[in-house]
Amino acid sequence: MPFQIVVCASIVPDPLQTLEPVAGPALKNESLLPAVLDPWAAHALFEAANLASQNAGSKVWLASLAPKAKLQQVMMMMAQKAPFELIAVDGSASGFTDSFETAAALAAAIAAIPGLERDRLLLFGGWESASRGAGSTLQMIGERLGITEQFQGVDRITVHSDGAFEVLERVEGGRHLVSICAAPPAVLGWATGYLPEPRNNPQLGMANMRTILPALQRAKPAGITGPCFASVSLPKQQRETRIVKDMPAAEIAREIIAWIGEE
Amino acid sequence: MEPILLLAHTEEDGTLAKSALEALAVALSLGGPLTVGLVGQDVQPAANQVASSGARILAISGAAYAAPRYATDAAAAEALACAAGAALILAPHTSRWARALPGVASRLVGRIDTHATRLAVQNDVPAVTRWYYRQRMEAVLTRSERPWIVLLEVGQASPPVLPQSPNAAAIEFLAPPNHATRTTVQDIQAPQSGQQTIRPDAKLLFVAGAGWTKKQADGAVHAAEAEELILGFLGSANASLGGSKSLVDLSGEGQSVLPFMTHLNQVGQTGSTPRHPKGLSTCCHGEEPHVVGWRFITERRAINLDPNCGWARGKADVVYVGDAFQVVREILKELGARS
Repeated sequence: MPFQIVVCASIVPDPLQTLEPVAGPALKNESLLPAVLDPWAAHALFEAANLASQNAGSKVWLASLAPKAKLQQVMMMMAQKAPFELIAVDGSASGFTDSFETAAALAAAIAAIPGLERDRLLLFGGWESASRGAGSTLQMIGERLGITEQFQGVDRITVHSDGAFEVLERVEGGRHLVSICAAPPAVLGWATGYLPEPRNNPQLGMANMRTILPALQRAKPAGITGPCFASVSLPKQQRETRIVKDMPAAEIAREIIAWIGEE
Repeated sequence: MEPILLLAHTEEDGTLAKSALEALAVALSLGGPLTVGLVGQDVQPAANQVASSGARILAISGAAYAAPRYATDAAAAEALACAAGAALILAPHTSRWARALPGVASRLVGRIDTHATRLAVQNDVPAVTRWYYRQRMEAVLTRSERPWIVLLEVGQASPPVLPQSPNAAAIEFLAPPNHATRTTVQDIQAPQSGQQTIRPDAKLLFVAGAGWTKKQADGAVHAAEAEELILGFLGSANASLGGSKSLVDLSGEGQSVLPFMTHLNQVGQTGSTPRHPKGLSTCCHGEEPHVVGWRFITERRAINLDPNCGWARGKADVVYVGDAFQVVREILKELGARS
């Protein structure tokens, strides 16, 4: 069965960067921080590309709300990973914005995709971002698009011959909830999945960039605000670390056992 | 204080989990008129648990609500929210509510904040404390939009001590809402390794880093022994297992390292942020992307060969400079002798 897969993915600061909040709130030197595609959303993109490759006639779009210039830099990397068509919305990718407004802007952009067939639509994304980390935007986009089959923390989708698909969702205790959805449309918020990151393919990157650059030029601005922040601060707790050197392993073991047993 | 609705789903036996009772304690602490909205196959045991709180109890019950599913859970929560007419809607941050309630916020043209680590009244308005950028900065926020849904993380309050009524609690049952769904819940699947290594209620988190799979002093890799030691420790100490990204990625790439380690064990910036009173890190260098996953671990100790590792820079309470293989072997020997 051919699917039409829309992956929602924004950009976040490179996880190795030091982050510091400033008034606004915003991140200090935010525009200068190197960015990457949001990690769980990137997994969603890889899963989408894999699913599309296994179902002839399928197509993948990447819908992203982010500052255009920054998004272009990230797309130059991601374009080499998977075939997709970009749907860009120009706006803040800050974690301090609100998921309700973000969802409204993305849902409008997705609804405007020419030729989108709702009965083939799978809406993918990361189950939580590495910025706001709320895990709420995808569900709201789904609602705005009228999709009430939704799954979050997805690690696997298996498509059956009749078009139904089995979904594994993470639940408490390291377990998975197994569900069968009879047919699209559906929303899948991906966790890590099981696929490795694809190798860079420069030819694919060049092909993708031919559509990415015009999409960035067409990107409409979206004014996204956030809640009222009373404070944003870095954790201040610095522990007094006791460094234990030259202690025999048996003695370390006894100390750890005593510590574990303390109430 | 504004009217409050506490949404709670029942467990398999019809009772409320500890996380729901903790959320009830938070709701009671805010002081507004409280309605408890119950969802589940059989909600009477849960209603009996909360009856003496003085809250009005609404419920939607039936077989359709036995298992978590977006369409049914969202429809039930929406109906309860409309019936209660509350401005503030609280719920424990369970996978079930985290899946369904953002969509409900959209339907109600309200707002939602998840992973709230604190909810309290400040300057006469409710204020939520939550973390941003994967637990790297903490914010306090308020909102003027209503209804405002807040998903509460565990550990904010102790479950209230409520006397159990000898009589069945009075419940106002709502008619199950119409919900067409194409989703059938099949099963709950345990980890593929067949070994339950993630224990959210464990007092101790044991985190294994990539060092377990590196060459040891004799120049060889001892993956089989690492597996035996780690699983032995988890069993003896009844600990929950976490892993650094590098170690989990190795397992995911199909290398025969630690087969029981999956992405579900991953702790850190691109993994989970579990809550345990104590944490013991082994063979993990304790750099920031790892340590942000330890934000809610109260007491932290680490075993590392490097005395200058990240843990030693104010991130752990104690760093033992030593070989984790030797130390864990000794721990198992000592615990074995005691039993």
